[in-house]
Amino acid sequence: MKKGEVLKYDVLVVGAGPAGSTAARFASKNGARTLVIEKRQEIGSPVRCGEATTLSWLEEVEIEDHDRWCVTTVKGARIFFPGAKMLELVGKFDTTGVGIVIERDILDKDLAKLAIGEGAEYMLKTSAVSLIKEDGKVCGVMARSMGKEIEIRADIVIGADGFESQVGRWGGIYKSLPPEDIISCFQYRMAGLDIDLDFTYLYLGEFAPGGFVWVFPKKDNQANVGLGIKLSLIEENKTPKDYLDEFIASKEEFKKGMAIDMVAGGVEVGPPPSNVTADGLMLVGDASRVVNPITGGGVANGVRQGKIAGEVAAQCVREGRFDHDYLKEHYEARWRDLLENEIWRNYMIKEKLNSISGKAFAKLMETLSKVDLKESNLAVLLEAIQKENPEIMEELQSMF
Amino acid sequence: MNKPRINEDVCMRCGACVGTCPANAMFLKEFTLEVNDDCTTCGLCFRACPVGAIKLEGGP
Repeated sequence: MKKGEVLKYDVLVVGAGPAGSTAARFASKNGARTLVIEKRQEIGSPVRCGEATTLSWLEEVEIEDHDRWCVTTVKGARIFFPGAKMLELVGKFDTTGVGIVIERDILDKDLAKLAIGEGAEYMLKTSAVSLIKEDGKVCGVMARSMGKEIEIRADIVIGADGFESQVGRWGGIYKSLPPEDIISCFQYRMAGLDIDLDFTYLYLGEFAPGGFVWVFPKKDNQANVGLGIKLSLIEENKTPKDYLDEFIASKEEFKKGMAIDMVAGGVEVGPPPSNVTADGLMLVGDASRVVNPITGGGVANGVRQGKIAGEVAAQCVREGRFDHDYLKEHYEARWRDLLENEIWRNYMIKEKLNSISGKAFAKLMETLSKVDLKESNLAVLLEAIQKENPEIMEELQSMF
Repeated sequence: MNKPRINEDVCMRCGACVGTCPANAMFLKEFTLEVNDDCTTCGLCFRACPVGAIKLEGGP
């Protein structure tokens, strides 16, 4: 690669995370010459993820083999409410299927391998520094690759550069997020824990204002122990790391563990975005704000959306259409069909739960405490709430 | 409030501040985190940092 050299591709993907690599995979598979650039020297590392997801989305995105990166299949979840009441949900404890804990660095590399198998090319340690625009259309990026300035031209650029997406901002797709929709996260991967590793643990309430503490188990007495806190609720002069250290210090079962990795990051948990495209530009994954607003999980939606982005990018190349109208009709319409209602629904539920009054919440807890929790699932719980607190159920239903 | 100062010894380069910055004034560079003159000194990056690596000069 010589200084001043110009590279030319059909499709350029900025960011080799799950959404970016999946977009690249399906663009290549459908005949587009595709390049992925990644600013890090290693795909997937350092990990910036809680690493809990489900098995439900794999088939849709044509992933057959998950043995390498799926390290734990959990039996259920133990949810701790304020006042130390515990709710144990076993089996398919939510509508999204069986819970698993993954090794994100391995998943990211596997998704890159699948893209490479379809013919996609990758360049590491290469960061986009600006977008190239001609007559308002994005035509590529200027990048720094191993210390050299290079120009990469493409008919269509896919911004898959995460929560801190610069591509989306350079493309004029959005400027900023409201602070009430931002969660600041901190996590330790801990070893030497003495807990039942068949469960995920979630702690709601004072430990993580506006968010929750999570414990996602891994093999050999390890777990990801982390939390997310709503930006607007973080106390003055306190950091999410301080909150997590306090949580760990307060629990005998976690005090024994030692951190072998530290993870930090921001997550957006707002309503679905109004627009994620511009002339010659599409956003995918966290960059396009499709994180599940309740869980903060971004991998499943990012990959599902990435598949559509890749297919549409290849279609753009075939049709020679890269304008905003075409992308709206094909990309926006398709990913919204798949994800928008779900994100809206989860956003509304999250807002509702945050706004439930202390009194209503206490009543809800009282109801839950009467249910035989060992045997319960979501349907049983909802039935109990319907019986004991119909007014809360009514409020919940009014959202749909 | 003043422009943020980054303590590189503490910064984990996670990008929480970059994504939060309403002025798009923060950039993750290869080894550093930069703040340019578009900074409006709103202080949101200070709140967003998970580890307390950002100080507002003259502020907290």
